Amino acid sequence: MRQRSLIAITAALAAGALTLTACGSRDDDGGSDSGNGGGGGTTVVIGVDAPLTGDLSALGLGIKNSADLAAKTANKDKHVEGITFKVEALDDQGQPSVGQQNASQFVANDEVLGVVGPLNSSVGESMQQVFESGNMALVSPANTGPSLTQGPDWRTEKKRPFKTYFRTATTDAIQGPFAAQYVFNDFKKTKAFVIDDKKTYGAGLAGTFTDEFKKLGGKVVGTEHINPDTKDFSAVATKVKNSGADVVYYGGEYPQAGPLSKQIKGTGAKIPLVGGDGIYSADFIKLAGASGTGDLATSVGAPVEELPSAKEFVANYKAGGYKEPFEAYGGYSYDSAWAIIEAVKTVVEKNDGKLPDDARGQVVEAMQNVSFDGVTGKVSFDEFGDATNKQLTVYAVENGDWKAVKSGTYTG
Amino acid sequence: MNELPQQLVNGLLLGSMYGLIAIGYTMVYGIVQLINFAHGEIFMTGAFGALTVYIYILPDGTSMLIALPLMILGAVIVSVTVAIGAERFAYRPLRGGPRLAPLITAIGLSLALQQAVWAWYPDAKSARTFPQIEGGPFHIGSITLQTGSIFLLIAAPVSMAFLGYFVMKTRTGRGMQATAQDPDTAKLMGVNTDRIIVIAFALGAVFAAIGGVAYGLEYGHVDFKMGFILGLKAFTAAVLGGIGNIYGAMIGGVVLGIAETLATAYIGDIPGLGQFGSQSWADVWAFILLILVLLFRPQGLLGERVADRA
Repeated sequence: MRQRSLIAITAALAAGALTLTACGSRDDDGGSDSGNGGGGGTTVVIGVDAPLTGDLSALGLGIKNSADLAAKTANKDKHVEGITFKVEALDDQGQPSVGQQNASQFVANDEVLGVVGPLNSSVGESMQQVFESGNMALVSPANTGPSLTQGPDWRTEKKRPFKTYFRTATTDAIQGPFAAQYVFNDFKKTKAFVIDDKKTYGAGLAGTFTDEFKKLGGKVVGTEHINPDTKDFSAVATKVKNSGADVVYYGGEYPQAGPLSKQIKGTGAKIPLVGGDGIYSADFIKLAGASGTGDLATSVGAPVEELPSAKEFVANYKAGGYKEPFEAYGGYSYDSAWAIIEAVKTVVEKNDGKLPDDARGQVVEAMQNVSFDGVTGKVSFDEFGDATNKQLTVYAVENGDWKAVKSGTYTG
Repeated sequence: MNELPQQLVNGLLLGSMYGLIAIGYTMVYGIVQLINFAHGEIFMTGAFGALTVYIYILPDGTSMLIALPLMILGAVIVSVTVAIGAERFAYRPLRGGPRLAPLITAIGLSLALQQAVWAWYPDAKSARTFPQIEGGPFHIGSITLQTGSIFLLIAAPVSMAFLGYFVMKTRTGRGMQATAQDPDTAKLMGVNTDRIIVIAFALGAVFAAIGGVAYGLEYGHVDFKMGFILGLKAFTAAVLGGIGNIYGAMIGGVVLGIAETLATAYIGDIPGLGQFGSQSWADVWAFILLILVLLFRPQGLLGERVADRA
């Protein structure tokens, strides 16, 4: 018996060793490849961090594909002479802890010069410090938490905490109030029931919505924090029904927002649900079912499909043969990746067509001054790393699809 | 408007779901003293089994009246197959080994099943919509009921009555009670304990499968992670009701469901507790209840009736 287990252990060890050797030799190959490639062209990896599996994967895969499209377009057009871009995507499962591990992995990979992502503000929070230490640019197409760029005291004193963090998305500080103005002024609803999921994104959005809604003269008739792990919101739905609210504002994402909307309507109450860009997904409509018609979402930027600059993106995305739709953040992800490409271009051109030794640091510096016409409009960053483009759009569910209702810029 | 009746119904529905799953935990524990943490995934695969029947086997547009029994059948077949397979290949080889070995195996199996559905079921990487029964909602006084909820309200007590009859009256059921009391003596008396254990797993899976269909009808979608939290809650319900006792599982489930719902609905109205009243605190209150019950009745609500263990 003992001998048998000895054999088993030996076999396992041998197998393990073989696997390790295999890895080793593959690494060697990789090394020599890029060594040879030095003459013809350098490979620059653009990292992507997004939830590629799980509830939020619909949005995450859209981010990954769009960044990939940007890299392919740059390669095809030889946008940066001598540089080949490659996208490497890691899955953060929407979890801050996983995101942080991914961040370390990106920083450890010398070929990575910048990363597009993540989707969730809470994940972004956990990644920022790692990128700051690695002096590498992180460009989020979707993070909307104000404190990420303006510091924890952004309401009173704005102070940029990380100089390596940028985003192409607008913040909740703008999105929440924008939604409040639309709900109160255009949608003519005065009694709101505010629900959030207690996460960085959801609670932030619900907070800024509440402040503006009250300022306009609306009444918040109830608040509730849901548990994002469950799908049973019947108790909350009954509370909403009996609160006399004529609109529900939900700060959070579609995996909960869909069932929540469905269950609120299931009580017999015809109360529309309004949310942020986190619910602006085809999956929301799927989960909310037929009763979701009339629900609203705000999302950053003008509708991608309607911008003239976006037509080309939409066409190329279709031609690229991606299996998943580009979803809410497709255009922003493309622009985020393109911002990295532009920054690399600046750095390379300044250094006689070659990558300098401290390429990462220089890319971060160049990023600050990037300015180009992207899919979502003019892309550039202000002194906090926020997008200078502050456009937002309200969408409504109509015939099983999101329809743009109103587009505008929030001005205080 | 008085919302108490509606909230009680909400809690009863949630609790019946917990109860249906809890039966599987309690039956397996009662007989082999194993906490089968993969049971939540057996519930989940059942729901996907029902979905498969509707989407890939039945012709499009089949009426739910015809489809539903077939979907339940499909769910039961898938769940029972998974459960028996788990028993045969994951738990039986470890029987008689240290207690912790099957427990860890169960946790591993739970993850493996989740990932298998995630990887191989078409489009299961995010939630999939589940067919709904037409009609409704129904209004009874101040209570509103969805059509899907009615299935759960009927299915839970009917299955419970069936299980009670099976365990108390049939030969196999009495064999289960005997094995639960003392497996060695039962074996000496001619009870095929291996077969009894398989039957316990299979019966638990049947209830989980019915729960899976009920979940789909109630919430309108199923996903590969749905069994995890629900499984934990159901396990809690089984402990609350007295693990090993089949009636305890159902009662524990209903008590837990109602406790969570009422905590969400009313704790916030108590002066000074406003911030502890939201749904995100409901689990905390539910577990405080569990601790209180276990402090005074460590065997759970119905745990004493050892003779009924099965």
